[in-house]
Amino acid sequence: MSDNHDDDHDHELRVSKIRNGTVIDHVRGGQALNVLAILGIDGSQDEEVSVGINVPSDRLARKDIVKVEGRELSQEEVDVLSLIAPDATINIVRDYEVASKHRVERPEEVEGVLTCPNATCITTENEPVTSRFDVLEDGVRCSYCETIVRDEIADLIDSS
Amino acid sequence: MRHDHLITSKHLTREDVEAVLDRAAEIDADPDAVAGKHEGTILGLLFFEPSTRTKMSFETAMKRLGGDVVDMGSVESSSVKKGETLADTVRVIEGYADAIVVRHPSQGSAKMASEFVDVPLINAGDGAGHHPTQTLLDLYTIRENAGLDDLSIGIMGDLKYGRTVHSLAYALSNFDAHQHFVSPESLQLPREVVYDLHQEGASVREHESLEEVLDSLDVLYVTRIQRERFPDENEYQRIAGEYQIDLETLEGASDDLTVMHPLPRVDEIAPEIDDTDHAAYFEQAHNGVPVRMALLDRLLEGGVSR
Ligand SMILES: [Zn+2]
Repeated sequence: MSDNHDDDHDHELRVSKIRNGTVIDHVRGGQALNVLAILGIDGSQDEEVSVGINVPSDRLARKDIVKVEGRELSQEEVDVLSLIAPDATINIVRDYEVASKHRVERPEEVEGVLTCPNATCITTENEPVTSRFDVLEDGVRCSYCETIVRDEIADLIDSS
Repeated sequence: MRHDHLITSKHLTREDVEAVLDRAAEIDADPDAVAGKHEGTILGLLFFEPSTRTKMSFETAMKRLGGDVVDMGSVESSSVKKGETLADTVRVIEGYADAIVVRHPSQGSAKMASEFVDVPLINAGDGAGHHPTQTLLDLYTIRENAGLDDLSIGIMGDLKYGRTVHSLAYALSNFDAHQHFVSPESLQLPREVVYDLHQEGASVREHESLEEVLDSLDVLYVTRIQRERFPDENEYQRIAGEYQIDLETLEGASDDLTVMHPLPRVDEIAPEIDDTDHAAYFEQAHNGVPVRMALLDRLLEGGVSR
């Protein structure tokens, strides 16, 4: 995608280049910290992470960008990312070069990564069941109690 | 029904509903034809919250088909009290019974339970979720009294927490029914249910006053407004009072109006209505047996071999 190399280019330089790892670009403005939460990055480990928040972008008026050194994301992580950053591009960087670049795709369902916000949902009890959410156009829906969550998906991320 | 379980009315097609109702009508007309048909069949009743009527209705249905029931008894006296999970309970009872009925206070409980067993599992109420067998007997009663097509139905009371209401609304979306929901603003249908009904293309209108629609209705389905939903007793009295009906309320209604209620009622329907042609709520409760017989017959026939 060419937009990385024109308008966005200058702004990207604000955050340092990485050697090996993942660049998550075109994250919706303001969602970068939620992206970190999904990846379980809270600064307590020694990951090297650069974050740009609300930088100008061609494609989105404002975008966030997250660069994680030394880590390639799993498909499961990308699936969950897609829920809060549906326009994101995932760049895998090896030895300073972009080895692969692709847009996230929203999965039909996500399993085991979100906790149902409904306190009377069976998945929040001590049952041997993994949470499961159907992905809707504009949110997610618990496959068990059918509660729909639209804006607060990041709050449901199972951090345990 | 594609599966051998009945978890929600949402997945029932018009054909599913009609097949059960037709069978129920046959059984109603000639109960002897199925007496003893399922001799030796055991139905497991797992009621994690009390519901004497629904439980007795299933029990009667199974016994009239020649089978029998095993009952885990009250939650207080069962292993659930010791902290056993629902998933474990159903897996144990699956070893005793040919089909299982579950009533549980948590939403999604029946769906989860069904994933752990190979015998047919019937949802008899999962919290504020679904109550599909109530819906089938409601539909049976509606069909007998007013027909299911070109139907104008008012559904009144606590629409927010009423699982019978949600289940009924989903099932009615298969038919040419105009649904009018009448409730105080604080007890309106959950937005998710409205979302689903719109997705289904159902004809749905919401009202705060029964007067707005009463004269156009074929059926008025009344539900109870629960006292415990209101922190303030005066507020409850004020609101509940507006959603009670008596002979005076029904003066503006069609002579053919059918009044239904899933029971138990408290004071939503004045007793003076009981003796009128409007009252169908006791008939509705009685219909639970033939409808559950039809359903059990169907699920057991199509049940997985064991
Ligand atoms: Zn849930």
